[in-house]
Amino acid sequence: MSEYRIQGATGEWEVVIGLEVHAQVTSNAKLFSGAATAFGAEPNAQVSLVDAAMPGMLPVPNRECIRQAVRTGMAINAQINKWSRFDRKNYFYADLPQGYQISQLYHPLVGEGSLEVQVDEKNPESTKTIGIERIHVEQDAGKLMHDQHPTMSYVDLNRSGVALMEIVSRPDMRSPAEAGAYLAKLRQIVRYVGSCDGNMDQGSMRADVNVSVRRPGEPFGTRTETKNVNSVRFVMAVVEQEAKRQVGVIEDGGKIVQETRLYDPDRNETRSMRSKEDAHDYRYFPDPDLLPLVLDDAFLDECRASLPELPDAKRHRYETALGLSAYNANALTADVETARQFEELLASVASAAGKADADVAKRVANWLLSERPGILNAHALPADHAKNSLEANTAIVVATEAGVISGSKAKEIFESHLTSDIDLAAEIDSNKQTTDTGAIEAAVDAVLAANADKVEQYRGGKEALFGFFVGQTMKAMAGKGNPQLVNQVLKAKLG
Amino acid sequence: MTDLTDLGVAAIRDGVASGEFTATEVATAFNTAVAEAQDALNAFIVTTPDAALAAAAKIDADRAASKPLGKMAGVPIGMKDLFATRGVQTTAASKILEGFKPEYESTVSQKLWDAGAGMLGKLNLDQFAMGSSNETSAFGNVISPWRRPDDTAPLAPGGSSGGSSAAVAARLAPAATGTDTGGSIRQPAAFTGISGIKPTYGRCSRWGVVAFASSLDQAGPMARDVTDCAIMLEAMAGFDPKDATSLDLPVPEWTAALSADLRGKKVGIPREYRLDGMDADVARAWDEGIAWLKEAGAEIVDISLPHTKYALPTYYIIAPAEASSNLARYDGVRYGLRDLPDGAGLQDMYAATRAAGFGPEVKRRILIGTYVLSAGFYDAYYTQAQKVRTLISHDFTNAFTQCDVILAPTAPTAAFALGENSDDPLAMYLNDVFSVPASLAGLPAMSVPAGLDRNGLPLGLQIIGKAFDEQGVLNAGLAIEQRAAFTARPARWW
Repeated sequence: MSEYRIQGATGEWEVVIGLEVHAQVTSNAKLFSGAATAFGAEPNAQVSLVDAAMPGMLPVPNRECIRQAVRTGMAINAQINKWSRFDRKNYFYADLPQGYQISQLYHPLVGEGSLEVQVDEKNPESTKTIGIERIHVEQDAGKLMHDQHPTMSYVDLNRSGVALMEIVSRPDMRSPAEAGAYLAKLRQIVRYVGSCDGNMDQGSMRADVNVSVRRPGEPFGTRTETKNVNSVRFVMAVVEQEAKRQVGVIEDGGKIVQETRLYDPDRNETRSMRSKEDAHDYRYFPDPDLLPLVLDDAFLDECRASLPELPDAKRHRYETALGLSAYNANALTADVETARQFEELLASVASAAGKADADVAKRVANWLLSERPGILNAHALPADHAKNSLEANTAIVVATEAGVISGSKAKEIFESHLTSDIDLAAEIDSNKQTTDTGAIEAAVDAVLAANADKVEQYRGGKEALFGFFVGQTMKAMAGKGNPQLVNQVLKAKLG
Repeated sequence: MTDLTDLGVAAIRDGVASGEFTATEVATAFNTAVAEAQDALNAFIVTTPDAALAAAAKIDADRAASKPLGKMAGVPIGMKDLFATRGVQTTAASKILEGFKPEYESTVSQKLWDAGAGMLGKLNLDQFAMGSSNETSAFGNVISPWRRPDDTAPLAPGGSSGGSSAAVAARLAPAATGTDTGGSIRQPAAFTGISGIKPTYGRCSRWGVVAFASSLDQAGPMARDVTDCAIMLEAMAGFDPKDATSLDLPVPEWTAALSADLRGKKVGIPREYRLDGMDADVARAWDEGIAWLKEAGAEIVDISLPHTKYALPTYYIIAPAEASSNLARYDGVRYGLRDLPDGAGLQDMYAATRAAGFGPEVKRRILIGTYVLSAGFYDAYYTQAQKVRTLISHDFTNAFTQCDVILAPTAPTAAFALGENSDDPLAMYLNDVFSVPASLAGLPAMSVPAGLDRNGLPLGLQIIGKAFDEQGVLNAGLAIEQRAAFTARPARWW
């Protein structure tokens, strides 16, 4: 694999990337209050007395949020700290009612872990292990709305106090592709675990991108941090633009300032937000309203037992136990919902067909990955269309697997099923392919007789015509001839 | 008939229950006393006579209907204005919360109402409970009902629960709530000749109590005697799932188990508390207390609390550090005072609001707290103070291998005159020298009246107990109370 290098005027540069990913914990309630967390509610409709920091209000940790962060830590094989503590990060801002954010600086819940990523989608060998320094849990802030009034800003506290996991990587990435692959993998894992919905467009996952450049082999350069980048594509763009900018600055004799930057997707550039000199002194100290968080073995056992099969393990099992190709195994495990659908249909088909999973897995995989999407796409139908049911999919795949209908007939019938009111079972029945050799022979005889000239040509060496005879025979049999038998009979008769 | 305002908690509750008088008569008598004293003593920030009468009417109706009556049934009390009370202004004695009426009720006040108590009003205090004399209130000083002989100079009622101490001592309320961060129940109780107990940290919920220093703040009762404190503490205490530092333990029946018989008990006398130049009257009261406890059957042992001299500086790092963060929420954005100068931005609004809303002592502590948490100073101050706090806790743990309770003075002097210490914050902070160590260790501690000094002003003795052993503290307090036979009360000059 070739290394990513920036060609500067004075030579080659290497980029060094670390990501701090904020992932909103999936939970019905906030980190320290009982208020709801659903996305898109009316402003200030989901605010408790605690979230609004009324006098005398106290935080009480939400066990479910802690559980989700622990499960996420386990999914990246990280050290889970049985003793952790919450600290206050103090600063004034209108979206921060308490005047401090409850976070974990000194003793995070989750310690060292790692993630193996595949940098090139098409190359299963292009793997790299990215270190993860820690995961800590903290409160989200509220939101300021500047477009509601000509001279004032409005405050929406719905998000105030919502639980976030901050997942901090090591500076182990060296290219935009690696950064993108890492973020995508992280999103895949939190979705599998169910600890975060991973919806970056809704802000439930966002990344602070730390970028520096150096001559290959030299010590780390000064880094900048681009805040709140909200898609994999933008993260890759930030790395690319910011690295180029830094090389430009250095080669022009300038110095990189450690600072916070913002990404402007419209102009595809990063802009300075504030520099380290006017950075806050956050005056972190242990939150005296909260006792240290102590986890017992029973809790950790429950967290571990509740973890689903993770994508890497699943992919491996699909390849080895189900005999799927690496490509299909990868595609089916890319996101947890696809894998869930696959396993559901697989179980249903295997049971209806009375066969083992491994015997029907390829057909189910092909149906889900290429045949069905083609039909849905052609009619612009959503995957959750009511008629695209488990029962319908099972019926169609089982009928194909049993040789009752041909693959092409299956697609046709399923298409009719989705787009019109047909009786699926009756349609399958009436399209049953025939395995009656007598009927097939009769049809073949008629086709060969009607196309004597082509028979001659075929026998004269134009073997490509074989497909023509198959097509004509199938047509004559209204698509119901068993393709394998049709082939056999044709081969025999054409000699 | 006796004057109802001379009665304490137990006497009122029992009298109401037996039908000797009605709860309404009691509430009316105290409402009148409150109104008559308000101009002179300024003990209340808000009076709520209607609330007191409504609660009393309910008790009288319950009694008429033979319904069971609670521990505090028919007892009207004063509520320190640090406890949030639904629909009733809650200020922490600060301009920044003037006019703030919470839509919620603190756990402790709710428990008291559930036990049948009624509210006479919200009691004045040092602003955000920061002070030892009540001089930092934004609503004027509370004046102690006590005076020196032939001297009308106004005296401090102690602080921060100065409204509570003055009201109970002046017979404006049979009891009041207090909160204690570094001595704010015990020192004002000592200054005014009443009893008050700060229970083990976590006994009383902090939910709905305006926070000063979260790791130290603890609510407790202030009343005229030990039994009344025990009754009221039973009503206030208990596990609260809304406070993560709340103790998940059942509330003992302290009142039923009260006993002044200390045979088999050991009382520790900490040698480090005997300071050079100690006030002679305070020293004498302490010696008397030792003799009384011996008489009650206890064995007296000398103990050492070697890190005592570091307690005050440790406290004045930790408490301001926590306060500087706890008070950040008063920013003018959501409630309370907002000072928004013309054309001001957010930072200007913060600055103007907080400059106008906080008093000088509050500002001083926010500055100290901000300083000790700042980058470059954190380790030298805050981290170091936390270590010393642990050492101070260990001192007590070691001492309690040799004794059951500790006896010490509550405060270094009797009440001082208003203004005497207010120019010198350090002299003021020294008032807490005997009370702060137990606060840092989270231990139960109580002040009971021991006698009068040469000026006829009350002196208190402090009993410090093991964690969770409020019973041991109350029992030793009762033994002193019985022998001190403290009957002095301020002459009514108002």
